[in-house]
Amino acid sequence: MDFLLTHLVAKYNFWLYIILMMIGLYAMIAKNNLIKKLVGMNIFQTAIILFYVSIGSKRGGTIPIVEHIAGGGEHAINPTRYVNPLPHVLMLTAIVVSVSTFGVALALAIKIYQRYKTLEEDELLTRIRES
Amino acid sequence: MKRLALLIVILSGGLLLYATKDFPSWGDPNSPASTHVSPRYLEKSLEETAVPNVVTAVLADYRGYDTMFETTVIFCAGVACFMLLRKFEPEERDLYYRHIPTGLTLHIKGEKQIPSTSKEFEKIDAIWTPYDFIINTVSRFLVPFIQLFALYVIAHGHHSPGGGFQGGVILGASIIVLAVAFNLRTAVRRFGEKIDGIMSALGVFIYAGVGAFCAILGAEFLNYRALAKILPVGKVMARSHGILAVEIGVGIAVMAVMICIYNNVASEGKFDEGL
Amino acid sequence: MTGNYPALLVTVPLLAAFVIYGCSWLHKRSCLFMALLGLTIPFAISVALLKKVLINGHISYHLGGWDPPWGIAYELDPINAIVLVAVTTVALVNLIATSKEIETRFSDRRGAFYALYLLFVVGLLGIVATGDLFNLYVLLEIASITGYSLIAMGDPARAPLSSLNYVFMGTIGACFYLLGVGYIYIMTGSLNMADVHVLLPPLYHSSAIVVAFIFCLVGVMIKMGFFPLHSWLPNAYTYAPSPATSLIAPLMTKVMAYVMIRLMISVFSPKFVFSSIAASNAVVWLACLAIVMGALMALAQRDVRRMLTYIIVSEIGYIVGGAWIGNATAMSGAVLHIINDVLMTFCVFLSLGAIARSTKGYQIENFSGLFKKIPVTMATFVVSGLSIIGIPPTCGFFSKWYLILGAIEGGHYGFIVVLLLSSLINIILFFRIFEEAFFVYPKTNAVHTEGEASIAIAETPFVTLIPLVLTAILLIFTGIYSGSLIALIIKPVVSAGLL
Repeated sequence: MDFLLTHLVAKYNFWLYIILMMIGLYAMIAKNNLIKKLVGMNIFQTAIILFYVSIGSKRGGTIPIVEHIAGGGEHAINPTRYVNPLPHVLMLTAIVVSVSTFGVALALAIKIYQRYKTLEEDELLTRIRES
Repeated sequence: MKRLALLIVILSGGLLLYATKDFPSWGDPNSPASTHVSPRYLEKSLEETAVPNVVTAVLADYRGYDTMFETTVIFCAGVACFMLLRKFEPEERDLYYRHIPTGLTLHIKGEKQIPSTSKEFEKIDAIWTPYDFIINTVSRFLVPFIQLFALYVIAHGHHSPGGGFQGGVILGASIIVLAVAFNLRTAVRRFGEKIDGIMSALGVFIYAGVGAFCAILGAEFLNYRALAKILPVGKVMARSHGILAVEIGVGIAVMAVMICIYNNVASEGKFDEGL
Repeated sequence: MTGNYPALLVTVPLLAAFVIYGCSWLHKRSCLFMALLGLTIPFAISVALLKKVLINGHISYHLGGWDPPWGIAYELDPINAIVLVAVTTVALVNLIATSKEIETRFSDRRGAFYALYLLFVVGLLGIVATGDLFNLYVLLEIASITGYSLIAMGDPARAPLSSLNYVFMGTIGACFYLLGVGYIYIMTGSLNMADVHVLLPPLYHSSAIVVAFIFCLVGVMIKMGFFPLHSWLPNAYTYAPSPATSLIAPLMTKVMAYVMIRLMISVFSPKFVFSSIAASNAVVWLACLAIVMGALMALAQRDVRRMLTYIIVSEIGYIVGGAWIGNATAMSGAVLHIINDVLMTFCVFLSLGAIARSTKGYQIENFSGLFKKIPVTMATFVVSGLSIIGIPPTCGFFSKWYLILGAIEGGHYGFIVVLLLSSLINIILFFRIFEEAFFVYPKTNAVHTEGEASIAIAETPFVTLIPLVLTAILLIFTGIYSGSLIALIIKPVVSAGLL
């Protein structure tokens, strides 16, 4: 009970995102339809993005745009007031990568559909074997 | 296959969940991630780069090399969609034309075709649907405002959430709105395929070019401090201007690639009616 | 300018790719020249960098002028530098040799093809040179996405589905690697490889770091085609167009093997990796299984391309087994095998692409009489086959020799047995092709007398033949100089803590 309280309640965000990742991973491997596999891939990658962003959060922190008075007069900036910006930067890259992979995979799915007129994997394998 | 998938998922999920027992709690301000590297970004970015938005400063300056490759990734996706899907000569030879004043449809079989410069006839496809006047007019009015907002997002990325990627996507959306509301041919007429390809290469070339320019001027690659030699500003403001230059490059590239991917995927490479 | 070589190495082909794609919308014919320029300059830079590293020992380049861990750094040591030279050599020679085929086969989209070709090389060069964990992920994705698209341009019936399966498995691999990096970041707060190396020792016992290592390793193993995670490999490389196969097949899997070795020695030190004897033994046994299964599945193939892809699976088994045996000799043997395998696989796939011009198909039966028709091309095929088998003085022999020495030192006799067994199976695999190609089996009795006279020499054009012959000579050269290569490689390996 103690274990659950300390670990689950304090880190439930990580647990949620890992479960979401596993749902996406399951869809990628187990589903038959190519588009469902693609959606699973998107869920998997999005869950990783959420996981990273939650690493950077700080209790009571605000967005990492530093307050400044136009024309100088800076005061010392306290890092604990702002959320960690590095995971946000990394995940901007990861979002772009996820979109690009999705675009290329869609183009491939279109090519497969144009040739075989189906997107179900078992049907595809039979049609490939026949031709 | 489903049982194998379940086994893999339970194994990986179990390992990942087991490892969380060593993690710092959610929102802990003393975690290693919050105390090791990032405090310097928050403390020093304003005085080193004159950019208050720390995410933009880290993205385009401290880790600008990563962002250059990120833009390259989206460029690769655009080129790949073009290379895989584009069909320059379509297979079917049946052509459909619509007489604009009367609404009559012509179906021409065989080799003859009406010249594309004809003002009275427009080329359509078998899946043509009549246009909705409200959607057409509203989307036409919205496009310049969307683009203005996108330019604001790019330019104001220093001071508010925003930047090149976000602005570029909105710019791309302004042309895709035309493609969805009217048809793909209208959007391609407004923003052609050739100019789109050139702009996607140009955008990323600006980014890498700024970096190479800094190397030519004597500093390391992508060290915007070197731009102070040719711009009439100090080293710190030169960094701010360097960040703006690369954000513009990113915006152009992302806009062009979004449009390229949409055009190729929605029309399956044939560049006809689209969706 | 020379101080910027590490950045120029990656940026010149990058800029060239953008210029090529932009110009292809205006003037198509200039694309090939720009592509050749975009690969010759990095080749020269990588050779210059190798010379510099031999003099100075270690080069560190801070991009953007920011010191690590706040900025991204490129770290070059002898292992890096040699792999960089291998990658640029293969890319340049492949482009020269297959330029004609690209110009005819993809003439309306050749700008896009060259651009993706160059960007694939950029991704690989960056992966080898970088010293930042997240930068590695981004470059890995560049190499992957360009790889997926280049592979999908092949046989229109089978290539798109093979590429899509590669997309799914490759994305799982890259995302597992990203998860591992995320776990490392949570526990240490840094992304720079050298910084993480310093911060990790107090955390070796924590389960998060162990899981991070496992996930990084599994992700990299999926991308390198380590049995049993190799299922994407045979289809993807068989149905790809031959200019793309001879680029991707030698390079992608071996660069991923380099990443595994880099993670093992520079990020998680050997003290941590080999702390559990049971785990490292288990990986060596898994590698033995990979070698055997690769060799057996290659034996079952009638299509020569598929046979070669299963040989790749086997070769990756050598490298992983050698790396996990746990002593400096075996690890250096594994690194030497990476370099040798890049050259051997390249030579064999390039010669196969050249042979395909003269045969009707890729089955072994289609090879009959080829020694009379295309003698020089077949000779290069024979040299590369002998190198894969491991016959001196070709390079394949020397890397297997060091792997065996390392296995004796480490006491892994099962690995030695498997190595010798697979060499025997490779002899069968290649000699049955040589035999088919050497003799002309008359197809019908009626044309018995015409059989010999009708086979005239129709050799491959010089643009493909000369690079092929140079590569075959390079195989022998690398074999002769293996001693000096090992002396170079073993220094950083030992200084990382391996004995």
